[in-house]
Amino acid sequence: MALANDIPLSSLAPNTAGRYRPARAQAQAGIILSVPATLLLVALVIGPAILVFFLSFTNASLGLAGIQFIGVANYTRMLTDPGFAQSLRNTALYVAVVVPTAIGWGLLVAVLIARSRFAVLYRTAYFLPVAASLVALATAWEAILHPSLGFANTLLQLLGASPVRFLSDPATAIYALAAIGVWQLVGFNMILFLAGLSTIPEELYEAATIDGADRGLKRFLLVTWPMLAPVTVFVTVMTIIRAFSVFETVAVLTQGGPMKSTSVVLYTFYEEGFRFFRVGYASAISVSFFVFVTFLSLVQMRVSERRARWKANGGQ
Amino acid sequence: MILGQSSSSRIVSHAVLVTGAIIMVFPFLWMILASLTPQSEIFDGSLLPTPTLHGAIDNYGTALSAIPLLRFMANGFVVCLAILVLQIAIAIPCGYALAKLSFPGRPILLVGVLLGLLVPVQIPTIPIYIALAKSGLLDSYAALVLPWIISVFAIFLFRQFFVTFPDEVLDAARLDGFSELSIAWRIMLPAAWPAVVSFSIFSIVAHWNDLYWPMVVITNPDMMTASLGIAYFRQAGEGAGNVGALMAGGVLVTAPLVSFFLLMQKHFIRGLVLGRH
Repeated sequence: MALANDIPLSSLAPNTAGRYRPARAQAQAGIILSVPATLLLVALVIGPAILVFFLSFTNASLGLAGIQFIGVANYTRMLTDPGFAQSLRNTALYVAVVVPTAIGWGLLVAVLIARSRFAVLYRTAYFLPVAASLVALATAWEAILHPSLGFANTLLQLLGASPVRFLSDPATAIYALAAIGVWQLVGFNMILFLAGLSTIPEELYEAATIDGADRGLKRFLLVTWPMLAPVTVFVTVMTIIRAFSVFETVAVLTQGGPMKSTSVVLYTFYEEGFRFFRVGYASAISVSFFVFVTFLSLVQMRVSERRARWKANGGQ
Repeated sequence: MILGQSSSSRIVSHAVLVTGAIIMVFPFLWMILASLTPQSEIFDGSLLPTPTLHGAIDNYGTALSAIPLLRFMANGFVVCLAILVLQIAIAIPCGYALAKLSFPGRPILLVGVLLGLLVPVQIPTIPIYIALAKSGLLDSYAALVLPWIISVFAIFLFRQFFVTFPDEVLDAARLDGFSELSIAWRIMLPAAWPAVVSFSIFSIVAHWNDLYWPMVVITNPDMMTASLGIAYFRQAGEGAGNVGALMAGGVLVTAPLVSFFLLMQKHFIRGLVLGRH
């Protein structure tokens, strides 16, 4: 930065004649302006990412001298380690609950509030969890879900049900975390669906009415749902990635317990890398995570590209 | 009309929306109520905590004295501000160069930026952590700030914004003797203001609420940010087990961003949606 600030760039280019600054001076200015970002991009993103890829084939461990190449041993360990299999299963369960619920609920809310007189008020309420500190609100959820005296259990007992030890029972803990995850994601999905809904032309609904689809569900299936398809693909990919990356609630509320029932992929990565300092193994986990996320993003790009091409060719 | 407008369906749709909205707002409400209720009365079997003045004074007093909550918040503020200022200072010139100047290496840099967009934030953290540990920088502001000062997302966003900016204006500025750097700061930055506001909100929310990275590099309570401080408060410190004080801390940590959100919802929503694309 200091470099770019110290050099008076105009002095590089005697811009007397011609409309444009001479190409060479422009090239120099371009390099100087982009050098800080380029260096940092290499030092803080691309370099470390490549390094992680190499580290994942080693037995590197912080504090132990000497690194050896051990081939794909970290990856085979990942595939055979029952602990990692457990955290994959927990993550899959979490994703399986959170993704359909957060998408379905977000879509429902968006469709219902799109024409509501209180749209702004509802939007505020549903978006609030997205803007708030998840760590602070997770502690509030924990108190609400208190195993004996929390609001949720007091309510259950008033309704005649027996109390549930939400976060401290291995059978329910991951679902309790999933509920918090859904609570946090609905508002975000709602906003994306609202944006999608606002692009659907009113004429389509009028045409649907002429075709006899004048009732709620019919109109939804005939017009809204197909027109929202690209947004839905995008929301689905985003929600899968976000759910797959669940970390805060686990780190604050359960630390992977009780009995490993909430140890998820990113939390396992954190423990392996920064608690046990098994750098090689943690790198292998993060490389796999990267491959998974990239794969999803590419799928999403392909779908929206095809959609764009279809539109460009005169479809809709 | 997306759904039919018969009065019965309108009632059902309102009922669904209100129920959901209550669920969304309830944890905030409960947190505020509990933060005002004496510790001994929060879990006394009643459905909701009942606030008292004495409870409020006790809880907020404990939150502010038993743990250095104000220190946590000040740390969070300094860290967020430093990250944001550096991100913008680095991304604006680069975004401008990528959009409007032809220089050798530009295509490669653009590919690098696009690749960088694909890399999840957790991926580079192991080597960065090792580097910070080896240089004795753990438990410092530098450790909290440094890894985030390059935002490929900001570069990409600003570049997209600048591409459509009219070249005639730039040429006129050049004829007036503007350097490329002063074009970046005095013409492009104001032109990109909406994008800068959106990005700033995204960046501040992300780093104020971030738990992962502070948890990795900070162990000294004096250096903790707001989110990490709350997590620490819950587990350790003199406040552990004191739900009322913990909720008071939660209210204090959540209040700045939530009030900010309530005041400028549109900007907030645009910023967060843009940031996660």
